[in-house]
Amino acid sequence: MQWHNVDEFLAMGGYGFYVWGSFGVTFAAMALELWLLNKRRQRVTQIVKQEAI
Amino acid sequence: MPKELSTFSVLYRILARDIKVALRRQSDVMAVFFFFIIAASLFPLGSSADPKLLSAMAPSVLWVTALLSCMLSLSRMYSSDHADGTLEQMMLSNQPTVLVVLMKILAHWVLSGLPLVFVAPLIGLQFNLSSAELQLLAISLLMGTLTLSLIGSIGAALTLGVHGTGVLIAILVLPLYIPVLVFGAGAVNAVSIGMNPNGALSLLGTVLAMALVFAPLGSAAALKIALE
Amino acid sequence: MKNMETKTGINWLQINWLRYASPKTFYPLAGKLIPWCATCAVLLIVYGLYLGLFVAPTDFQQGEGYRIIFVHVPAAWFSMFLYLLMAMYAGLGLVLNARLSYMMATAIAPTGAMFTLVALVTGSLWGKPMWGAWWVWDARLTSELILLFLYIGYFSLQAAIDDKNRADKASAVLALVGAINVPIIYFSVKWWNTLHQGASVSLMNAPAMAAVMLKGMLIMAIGFWLYSIAVILVRVRCEIVERDSKTTMFRQD
Repeated sequence: MQWHNVDEFLAMGGYGFYVWGSFGVTFAAMALELWLLNKRRQRVTQIVKQEAI
Repeated sequence: MPKELSTFSVLYRILARDIKVALRRQSDVMAVFFFFIIAASLFPLGSSADPKLLSAMAPSVLWVTALLSCMLSLSRMYSSDHADGTLEQMMLSNQPTVLVVLMKILAHWVLSGLPLVFVAPLIGLQFNLSSAELQLLAISLLMGTLTLSLIGSIGAALTLGVHGTGVLIAILVLPLYIPVLVFGAGAVNAVSIGMNPNGALSLLGTVLAMALVFAPLGSAAALKIALE
Repeated sequence: MKNMETKTGINWLQINWLRYASPKTFYPLAGKLIPWCATCAVLLIVYGLYLGLFVAPTDFQQGEGYRIIFVHVPAAWFSMFLYLLMAMYAGLGLVLNARLSYMMATAIAPTGAMFTLVALVTGSLWGKPMWGAWWVWDARLTSELILLFLYIGYFSLQAAIDDKNRADKASAVLALVGAINVPIIYFSVKWWNTLHQGASVSLMNAPAMAAVMLKGMLIMAIGFWLYSIAVILVRVRCEIVERDSKTTMFRQD
């Protein structure tokens, strides 16, 4: 373990904004992709249901 | 029975016909030429008249302008022949499509790339370039504009008959033009900073050789897809 | 679709069967794979984050700022890898005239573009403290930017062509041309960078990689890979249903 307390972990040795910014952007982009894909999947499920009838 | 024409004479006729048709519509050919001159002249007005600054940015300015001029005429490469059915006739002839495409590319180069090779050194004078730099500008444009026509023909063939072709071609083709720009302007820049330009020129030649092999193949495939 | 109408009834059935068979068998197979890939992706990414943020030691040159590599480098790898994979499926589609291959290529592109964007933004976030500027014309970042342009071209071409069949084939040709160009572009940008003496510190070669850093990066990369597979498979399934439902609608009238 590299850190002694939460503040130190969040500060990232002064690079906090850049490190957390990077991780934030990465996972935000992945979450956005998943959200958009989920919307599309729901639309598609609707089509499948309609065609099954 | 009509006499069978040899491949060579058919290809020559395609090339000659393309150039003849284009010269009949002179305004199209001249427009590219004038665009180059006018656009390049804008840069000093947008920055400053400082000769040092001008000669430093001249290779990139002239090369980027040449690249845009070549691109402007790309959308016409196949579309006018497509509109009147000539293109289908050429594709249906018993000559290999790749060679027919190569002739169309050459015609495009003669009409929109080659004139720039001659006028660019004149514009270069306005940018305070030395004679060694002007010479390399002409040589790099000679090799580079042919490569631009080759790569551009893929974009022209892919977007044949698609709406809003002009901007679309730019988006498809400009990223592919980057190596040509880098090595072409790089050769001139190398001379400016007192380095040997042969490395850049041979890399430019390599890109040209690769484009000569792959671009007609890609364009022929793209044309077949477009005309399916 | 126009071709189908002009063909005879028997031919039509034959072509239909051949074209639809593989997506039809693929659809449930993909459905079974997705949960496994998704679960493993989550576990690996969490483990990779733990290694990267808690276990990996501070870099002696770049301090804690280097920890950006745990997301930046895998994202950059997959931005390039997914482009090449997309081009491979596109080429396969052209050679075999297989619909499923085109669908795969179409499904890969958005994820590839997403990783390209992530690599650019994280690279820039790394550059600000290290180079003192948000953007430096470093060979890696510049190539990544051009890669984004290539993805944009692929999307634009697909969006511009209304006929799905032609859009598939045309964008496949573009993807292949782009893939041939990727190494040339990368080389030209590197060459240009040495000519103009660009940034000397690079994100990749700066930290003397401790074993645990490398391990964390690789685990994140495998996590991103499984994430990509899961997302791509879901997207391919959507693609299959969307296209086939359109054809059934076409058949009814």
